[in-house]
Amino acid sequence: MIERVAEIQKQAEAEISTAATSVALEQLRVKYLGRKAELPQLLRDVAELPAEQRGAVGRSANEARQTLEALIEAAAARFEAEELTAALADDNVDVTLPGSPVEAHGHHHLLSATRREIEDVFCGLGYSVVEGPEVETVHYNFDALNHGPAHPARARSDSFYIEGGGDGSEQTLLRTHTSPMQIRIMEQTPPPIALIVPGRVFRRDSDATHTPQFHQIEGLLVDEGVTLADLKGTLLAFARAIFGADRELRLRPHFFPFTEPSVEVDVSCFVCEQGTVAGGNRCSLCKGTGWLEVLGSGMVDPSVFAAVSEHGYDPESHQGFAFGLGIERIAMLKHGVPDLRFFYENDLRFLRQFG
Amino acid sequence: MRVPIDWLSEYVEVQLTPDKLSERLAMTGTEVARVFRHGPLADENFVVGKVLSAQQHPDADRLSVCSVDCGESEPRTIVCGAPNVAAGQTVAVALPGAVMADGTELGEVTLRGVGSSGMILAEDEIGIGSEHDGTMVLADGVAAGTPLSDVFAVSSDVLEPEVTPNRADCGGIYGIAREVHAATGAPLKAAPWAEDPGAATIATAPAGISVTVDDQGLCPRFTARVFENVTVGESPIWLKARLAGAGQRSISNVVDITNYVMLVSGHPLHAFDLDQIAGGELTVRAAREGEKLVTLDGEERALDPDICLIADRDGPTSLAGVMGGSRSEVSERTTRVLLEVAVWDGANINRTSTRLGLRSEASSRFEKGLSPEGALEAQAMATTLMLELTGGTLIDGTLDVGGEGPPAVVIRLRDARIVSLLGAPIERERSQQILEALGFSVQPADDGLDVTVPHWRRDDVTREADLIEEVARINGLESLPATLPLNRTGRAGGLSREQQLVRRAEDVLVGRGLCEIVGWSFADPTICDRLLLDHDHPLRSLVVIENPMSSAQSVLRPSILPSLLDAAAYNLARGAESCALFESGTVYRAGPSEAGMAANEHHGLGGIIIGPVRDPGWADARPPAARIETAHALVSSVLGALGIQWQVEDGELSFLHPGRTAMIRTADGLLGWFGEVHPAVAASWEIDQPIAALAIDIGRAAAQAPSPPFFSDLTSYPPLREDLAVIVPAGVSAASVVACVTQAGSPLVSRAEVFDVYGGEQVGEGRVSLALHVDFAAEDRTLSDEEVAPLREKIVTALKVELDGELRG
Repeated sequence: MIERVAEIQKQAEAEISTAATSVALEQLRVKYLGRKAELPQLLRDVAELPAEQRGAVGRSANEARQTLEALIEAAAARFEAEELTAALADDNVDVTLPGSPVEAHGHHHLLSATRREIEDVFCGLGYSVVEGPEVETVHYNFDALNHGPAHPARARSDSFYIEGGGDGSEQTLLRTHTSPMQIRIMEQTPPPIALIVPGRVFRRDSDATHTPQFHQIEGLLVDEGVTLADLKGTLLAFARAIFGADRELRLRPHFFPFTEPSVEVDVSCFVCEQGTVAGGNRCSLCKGTGWLEVLGSGMVDPSVFAAVSEHGYDPESHQGFAFGLGIERIAMLKHGVPDLRFFYENDLRFLRQFG
Repeated sequence: MRVPIDWLSEYVEVQLTPDKLSERLAMTGTEVARVFRHGPLADENFVVGKVLSAQQHPDADRLSVCSVDCGESEPRTIVCGAPNVAAGQTVAVALPGAVMADGTELGEVTLRGVGSSGMILAEDEIGIGSEHDGTMVLADGVAAGTPLSDVFAVSSDVLEPEVTPNRADCGGIYGIAREVHAATGAPLKAAPWAEDPGAATIATAPAGISVTVDDQGLCPRFTARVFENVTVGESPIWLKARLAGAGQRSISNVVDITNYVMLVSGHPLHAFDLDQIAGGELTVRAAREGEKLVTLDGEERALDPDICLIADRDGPTSLAGVMGGSRSEVSERTTRVLLEVAVWDGANINRTSTRLGLRSEASSRFEKGLSPEGALEAQAMATTLMLELTGGTLIDGTLDVGGEGPPAVVIRLRDARIVSLLGAPIERERSQQILEALGFSVQPADDGLDVTVPHWRRDDVTREADLIEEVARINGLESLPATLPLNRTGRAGGLSREQQLVRRAEDVLVGRGLCEIVGWSFADPTICDRLLLDHDHPLRSLVVIENPMSSAQSVLRPSILPSLLDAAAYNLARGAESCALFESGTVYRAGPSEAGMAANEHHGLGGIIIGPVRDPGWADARPPAARIETAHALVSSVLGALGIQWQVEDGELSFLHPGRTAMIRTADGLLGWFGEVHPAVAASWEIDQPIAALAIDIGRAAAQAPSPPFFSDLTSYPPLREDLAVIVPAGVSAASVVACVTQAGSPLVSRAEVFDVYGGEQVGEGRVSLALHVDFAAEDRTLSDEEVAPLREKIVTALKVELDGELRG
């Protein structure tokens, strides 16, 4: 009997190894392991054998069955994998067709994207972000910021005043800069403070390089022992974050009513070497100077502190710096936008290039 | 202001090239807008010539053939077209090779058959005035062949500095010279007013004139000198050339002197014809209502009581600090001149020139606030020139009302304060050197310097910080270290939660395919009519601009919707097939606000979608058009991202489709709206498609977002999910069905959402079927069917009783 089992197994193994299709394999499974096949029949007949033979015959028949089952299963798995591969190979599409449905991706406006980028730089430096009213009073917009009574910005030719908007320092106007928030914040918060004020500002100007509304970011830091060198370091960090790690900074003395000393800040041009582009031509971005004017700043003027002295600001113990930059200008420089008007036309072909 | 280097060099020995000089000035606080060349590009080949003979050209009526001695071995033959050329004249000659102002190089030419070896110059040919008709005749006594530049400034590089408003002293070339001296170390020469020929006459007023100043506040100082036997005539060439280099026209010797002295000293002067001053009496006073004055430019000016004027017995004769009057103007007949140098209140001058729309060289200087002492300096310099150039004599005495300004203040400049403000030290000796170069006088003190401020910096330098700026800017900021401020108290910084949520809301819309726009805050007042607002609608309380640039920009927008419609119309007109836009920005209503601000401002977030909800694609050829449900879904996305619980209710807004208007309500009140724009409003923007729109007061939304979100256990015990189909009368809103289900199944209904709507025959006329997902859940156990069954019954009953609803199928 055991010989017969070995014979069946040998024959089955040979046939399984040469089976070419899953159909042929299935026929072999029925032939050798099906209900009417010899090997299962042998196993069923083991009980009728003499007791001393049962163990050996049963074991060998069982082992043979398991071996064959494993072989068939392995072969079946192989056939299945091959057939799947073949089926997938037939099931192909043109992957270069566009995605569908078309899920449009929206865009932040370049001004918003730039504002966020700048906000994030200063948040990283420990600044908070605050916003303030766009309709302001003469007090906050000019008086408290040490603008003399004859300062040209007060003129009706320069600033937008609101109808029925009060008299004197209570008269209302569209803020001409984000600086009024310097005063509002210092009135509410004792030092130390470090904050930036992004927002919309308005000036009566409309030409190739001016729009009557534009966007600024004001910065103000007040603490003990703050110096002009700290201002330089802060703005250098800003310039490098926005315009690249190789940037240098240049401070040029200037005049602003609410800072003393006041400086205008230039960043080294990021598209040329000292004013000259590859090929020896004059750089059109910095006009050959090697420097880009980006913002105005300075040390907070003692008279500004005087306007908020009752809120804990004493120029003998506290110093601070302030700066104001134009978001449009930063965006134009960084992205090469040639004309301010693009920002407010809102042409989708422009908007989709950024943000 | 124009500063010819040639002129500047009279007061300071300029050692740098114009470009280097302007760079140095820029780095010390005086930006130079541009540097340009006035006159010919080079001085070479311009010489003095003597006309030896002048004869009629044989073949041309209007030309003369001249023989001109140009200091060479042989005289030159020069053909000249000027009618006045004559033998014996000393003239200016351009020789062949000379490069004229327009860049052309003069050559040897032949004019009607006669060779011409040079050109006899008229004034306009060399950039002095516009005189072209006659040869420019020079004073005799200069040798032929002398370089013309030895006689007058033929050409000069010119700086155009942008003087900051605090530096009234730099309104004159001498002030710039002082800056150049301090910034470059170039030696400064004595001021041109150091010698005053009238010094002896200062104590008394000249006889025969009187001046009364009504309001010393408007006129802190008024000085006058009187000159007799004045011959008014042409100015000498050197003076004309100087003025031309500074961009000014020569008028007459007396007027030119006033302009010349102003350009050097920064202090404007005014010359009166004393014989035209009625009674010899001048009064400085406020104008009276209705008074008029004809100014030098021939314009009649209507005055008001805020305007300061100078009057004589016959009334107004000069507009103080802005422009003289024509009545007392110096003319060819003038022989007696009253020279006024006064100081006016800057703010008042600024107001007057703004009010009259009249800005002059004088007003732009006075409005910065000039020092009283400067008035006599200008008198001194002008006196020298009047005596020299007009043949006049000075009548004894100097009229002076107001006198000098307050005594100079002394400010302590502490070494330690320099370090603490700048972050780097400046040696005391260096500070002293800088301050003295700028005209301050300095005494050593224990901890620094005691600094006396000169009169011309009196208003500008009043505190230690101002002195530190002076030494810092001249010392240079290039070497200042770059450090970061210490953060001893540990400011954390960063965006507030509200600011983060506003960003999140914007990001949601970007993620949903919308493009952000930035619209104008300005709007046209017709906006209210275009939005079909009732005459008493709250949005009609606009913020109105008193001095708009145009009526189309004369109010502030009361809503973001018009900005979005503007942008959509713009893009649709330029070929865009669809538009999905949003804006995050301020909207305005008249104030005052609850917080006491001048206007009611809030941060709005608005969006519109026109066209398909997505762009069609090959596997999605016809996506549905955006409608109210599209806007609803966007609102859900935004408020869902912020974690805000909200409800929809029917609404009514004039600018929205009356059947497709929804209001967004939270526990805090109305937060905004969504819907479809009214077709009549859309038509006003020339848009003839449905416009899905939404607007949220995102500032308030962010403020009421739960902060921080708190944990609910939604995972330990899975919900039991059932779908219900309810048939209700057509007028019953989905929100009321959801509310009914939620309430009846309270507290175990954790979610109820409509996922299908069907209104066909099978549900009957006037009825609609809503399909809902309903989740039952508890936080502490898994619910069994037995526990839910009675709730389900309660829901069915409530639907029946409250909404006349019945379960379908």
